[in-house]
Amino acid sequence: MTSLDTTKAGRGTGSLSPLFFKRVLKLVSTIAATFLGLLFVTFVIGRVMPIDPVLAVVGDKASKEVYEAARVAMGLDQPLYVQFGVYIRDVLSGDLGNSLLTSRPVAEDIARVFPATLELATIATIFGVVFGIPMGVVAAVHRGRWPDQVIRVAGLFGYSMPVFWLGLIGLLVFYGILGWVGGPGRLDIFYEDTVPQVTGAILIDSLLAGDLEIFNNALSHIILPASVLGYYSIAYISRMTRSFMLEQLSQEYVTTARVKGLSETRVIWGHALGNVMVPLITVIALSYAQLLEGSVLTETVFAWPGLGFYITNALLSADMAAVLGGTIVVGSVFVGLNLLSDLLYRLVDPRAR
Amino acid sequence: MTAKTVQTCEPGLKAWLTTDTPRSRGQARMVQFYLGWLSLSRNPLAMIGLAILLALIVISAIAPWISPHDPLQQTLANRLLPPGSPGHLLGTDELGRDILSRLLHGASITLYIVTLVAATAPVLGLVVGTLAGYAGGWIDTVLMRLTDIFLAFPRLVLALAFVAALGPGIENAVLAIAITSWPPYARLARAETLTIRNQDFISAIRLQGASPARIIAGHVVPLCLSSVIVRVTLDMAGIILTAAGLGFLGLGAQPPIPEWGAMISAGRKFLLDQWWVATMPGLAIFVVSLGFNLLGDGLRDILDPRSGQ
Repeated sequence: MTSLDTTKAGRGTGSLSPLFFKRVLKLVSTIAATFLGLLFVTFVIGRVMPIDPVLAVVGDKASKEVYEAARVAMGLDQPLYVQFGVYIRDVLSGDLGNSLLTSRPVAEDIARVFPATLELATIATIFGVVFGIPMGVVAAVHRGRWPDQVIRVAGLFGYSMPVFWLGLIGLLVFYGILGWVGGPGRLDIFYEDTVPQVTGAILIDSLLAGDLEIFNNALSHIILPASVLGYYSIAYISRMTRSFMLEQLSQEYVTTARVKGLSETRVIWGHALGNVMVPLITVIALSYAQLLEGSVLTETVFAWPGLGFYITNALLSADMAAVLGGTIVVGSVFVGLNLLSDLLYRLVDPRAR
Repeated sequence: MTAKTVQTCEPGLKAWLTTDTPRSRGQARMVQFYLGWLSLSRNPLAMIGLAILLALIVISAIAPWISPHDPLQQTLANRLLPPGSPGHLLGTDELGRDILSRLLHGASITLYIVTLVAATAPVLGLVVGTLAGYAGGWIDTVLMRLTDIFLAFPRLVLALAFVAALGPGIENAVLAIAITSWPPYARLARAETLTIRNQDFISAIRLQGASPARIIAGHVVPLCLSSVIVRVTLDMAGIILTAAGLGFLGLGAQPPIPEWGAMISAGRKFLLDQWWVATMPGLAIFVVSLGFNLLGDGLRDILDPRSGQ
């Protein structure tokens, strides 16, 4: 009874109850544990690999003394738990090691390529929201009839298509045959490095520089990879919207609204969809996180110079520091978005406080 | 629905399968299975999915006999022939190998990957989930915290990192997929175990002196199986896509094995002029993955009507 009372009091005054802070604290500790687990896994992966990290640095012609000296310098003579402690300290201070491929700090490399991935995933998520939500609503309203079936099958196609193959077919048709869009890369080659980098997102930077020509070129390059990546997002968001909407449409307040004489449009798009938006926040955040990950394959196909492209290039040259650094960054964003969606959910839905 | 079927059916096997007073546990299970099958067979999309999967199994079994050519045989004089060329229905690749033969042989590799993942990830999840659910207390807390941590990881990127460390190859790719995909099964198995744990029949077995290991392995796990199997079917399309993605990045099956993802990767170089080399294996992946999705969707409709329909 008491817990119910506090919830009521909390809602009445519009303030956040102590229970809310307790839950947030619990959430933060969960996130910390998850992050620690992520670091543990990347640490283990870095240790199980068959390539000797010392040999990779000193070369296989080094004498025993040089090899030993390098081993001590890299801290590999320490017990594993000490090495793990050092590893955590390094990562927390932003040191992800040096890349073999670019011979620069991995953190610097990632900071340089990340905006491209973020730009791509953001546009793809916008596609997912703009198309996915209305499709889900339409499917729920016409449940079991042909619009529902069409949307369902379109969604299943999205789940079943290998994203890298869809990208290749898209390039073949829209770039190779029709010539409607720009090819691989973020810009045509003669536009490269002509825009002053402010945010790292070319669409925004070119607008800031007032250069519409570059903006259009960048748009023609991003539209195809973003659509390919967004297809999955559309499928996911529309499916979730549909199931949330079905739940809402069977509620009594919907009947009440109809009895009151509200138009069907207002009932569906105003009342029901408004309540669906709360759980949808979580879905959108999750799909955004998945797109950041899905960009690994899409970026490889479109030679899109983002994090995914960076990771796959590092993979092919056995550059483990770069691979693990990329994994940590993607993992952290994943965990961060989970936290964010959970917090937003609690803020928006008074029942969750 | 049940009553009507019982009234109209003929005596014999069908009556035995549709009775509402089964005489043994085996019969009860068969009745349940048959009624599930009846409603699944009314769903044309699910039936298409089932047909695709059966075709995959049959093709991978008889591929050596129906393939027009040896999938590994290179004939450089015949390289990059377009589809419809004499003797090469779907054309040839950059080394003059027959694409149709390679696709047919690739079916067994896809099936091999699917089977290996299905035999590892759910088993690991079942062990963790039933143990956590049955034991409770701190074991439950530790195991579930571990599951949550793994659940929050980016699966594809983590699988990539694992394969990069272990070295490329089908088995390592499967291992990486299994390591990153067991947590949902553990969650599911734990939830099922919690509902089973406190039932009277479990207490009865415990009073008879059965050990926890025996109770879990002999009584809890079998009851969790059906929901785990449905979940595996639903996940299989994603697993096929991940495996194909690893192959595409050169981390899965190594050449000259005709793995579909690796075939797309090889065909990528000729995309604009010889489109068929990359397109055909992609279609194969799409069809198989669609088959799993259609069947999984149908199964979910039957077992959890609330989420579908």
